[in-house]
Amino acid sequence: MSRIAVLSAIVLVAVVACAVAGPLVWRVDPIATDPAHALAAPSAAHPAGTDEIGRDVLSRLLYGAQLTLLVGLAAMLAALVLGTFVGAVAGFYGGWVDALLMRLTDAMLAVPAFFLILVVVTVAGTGASTLVLVIGGLSWMPVARVVYGETRRWRVAEFVVAAESLGATAARVLARHILPQAVPSLIVSATLGVAYAILTESAVSYLGLGIRPPTPSWGNMLQQAQQYLFTEPSLALYPGAAITVVVLAFNFLGDGLRDALDPRTRTRR
Amino acid sequence: MIVFVSALTFFFVNLAPGGPASVMRFDVTAEQRDALIHEMGLDRPVVERYADWLGGALRGDLGTSLLTNEPVAQRIADRLPNTLLLAGAALLLSIVVGIPMGVLQAVRRNSWLDHALTALSALGLSVPVFWLGIVLILLFAVTWHVLPSAGIASVGKDSLGDRLAHLVLPASVLASTVLPTVVRFTRSSMVDVLVQDYLRTATSKGLAPAAVVFGHGLRNALIPVTSAIGALAPRLLGGTVVTEAVFSWPGMGRLALEAANGRDYPLVVGVAVVVAAIAVVSSLIVDLVVARLDPRVVG
Repeated sequence: MSRIAVLSAIVLVAVVACAVAGPLVWRVDPIATDPAHALAAPSAAHPAGTDEIGRDVLSRLLYGAQLTLLVGLAAMLAALVLGTFVGAVAGFYGGWVDALLMRLTDAMLAVPAFFLILVVVTVAGTGASTLVLVIGGLSWMPVARVVYGETRRWRVAEFVVAAESLGATAARVLARHILPQAVPSLIVSATLGVAYAILTESAVSYLGLGIRPPTPSWGNMLQQAQQYLFTEPSLALYPGAAITVVVLAFNFLGDGLRDALDPRTRTRR
Repeated sequence: MIVFVSALTFFFVNLAPGGPASVMRFDVTAEQRDALIHEMGLDRPVVERYADWLGGALRGDLGTSLLTNEPVAQRIADRLPNTLLLAGAALLLSIVVGIPMGVLQAVRRNSWLDHALTALSALGLSVPVFWLGIVLILLFAVTWHVLPSAGIASVGKDSLGDRLAHLVLPASVLASTVLPTVVRFTRSSMVDVLVQDYLRTATSKGLAPAAVVFGHGLRNALIPVTSAIGALAPRLLGGTVVTEAVFSWPGMGRLALEAANGRDYPLVVGVAVVVAAIAVVSSLIVDLVVARLDPRVVG
């Protein structure tokens, strides 16, 4: 695996460690306000300063990391499950099932997802679990295409035909013989999927329709920070830089894994 | 396709718990509530209402906004040109900047320049759009005072130059959502083309390197790149929501956001359907362009 991918993995482990252990070490309440010390510069008491109502920015960054990573991972899992199901069923049964499901996939890919997110949020309201389902429900299409391709490819393989002729059920053939072939591609899709989910979560939260304050997420911290751009620009810099680093790491890791796991798609140098 | 999206959003909005009827809050009596529900036609079956809505939509009637009581079609028509301007400028920018960048990378592949631009593309794909917007505002509007930070024109001095100045930052930010992909596609497509026999033939018959790269190479490499740009249209349009929010740009994205915040169901459905229609039409246009570029595709 490339050096940049290894480096990305190390960065991600460090970020996860911060998200898990950080709040245990840095025991400052992320939602406790202290208006007397609002918009304070970094100091020993507040290493990253305080926000517009005196909350500790470091603490909010650490708790925000937890939520951002959790929502990203959960949304990716939802997309993975849905996409695998659609792709496997379409590829396995073929015929009108295939036509229907893959047309649906194409149609979903052709729609600007962000407007659909707004539609869903209008109806279902905001919150972490809604966000997970919405992002998962609108990002399963690439997974479905990957699984569909693999299923079509292995559907006619001799060991699959052999398993079927021995009386294995469709579910068993898919689960034991076909889907394991797709695992390397799925790992790559999942890694890139987390990057997409984190970007989407932060954007929706920035718009005020995702994770609601006072609960910190990297996205909603930026929403408030934009109003103080003229007086306290650093407030806007930390969360954005954090998102960029994490997403960049997931993207590099995904590309690295693709090259390492699947020699067929290795990019020409 | 457009019918599919409209059906999807319409049924979702109407069947979900807490659908349009719950817009009526607790400060109305049960009778008022029933009267309102009847007036809005919400006591009829969903399929029947969808047929009505679709019939109206085909005649350009998308219903009435719950917040302002204006026709949804009117509110969309007010905002649509602004979004098309923003998205068009961003698209133009990504093509004008992205394709030369990709060609340069392919011609100089594995040089330090290639690696630097690849890293830049990766960064561009990973930066949250709204944060890039905030950082650019910080640099160009707050620190250097060279560009305006918000809106579509200044009050009182509405000139072409002023409008362009307002367009620069939002268009650049929106372009960043698709530019890295355009560059990547151009690079890989050019790399594929540059090793073809007909390019070697062109070089060996003594053509200038520029004529080989642009006349023979790019001409062929553009076909997959054009298809890729078509596939990027939904992402570009989706990006308008965040971009317009950052720069207070009065377009469709902001309209959808206002609708979502105000739970204005007819408006949010109308905007989503119109945007989906734009995405479908643009992919149709791209297909036609590809057919023009590639004689093998029978148009």
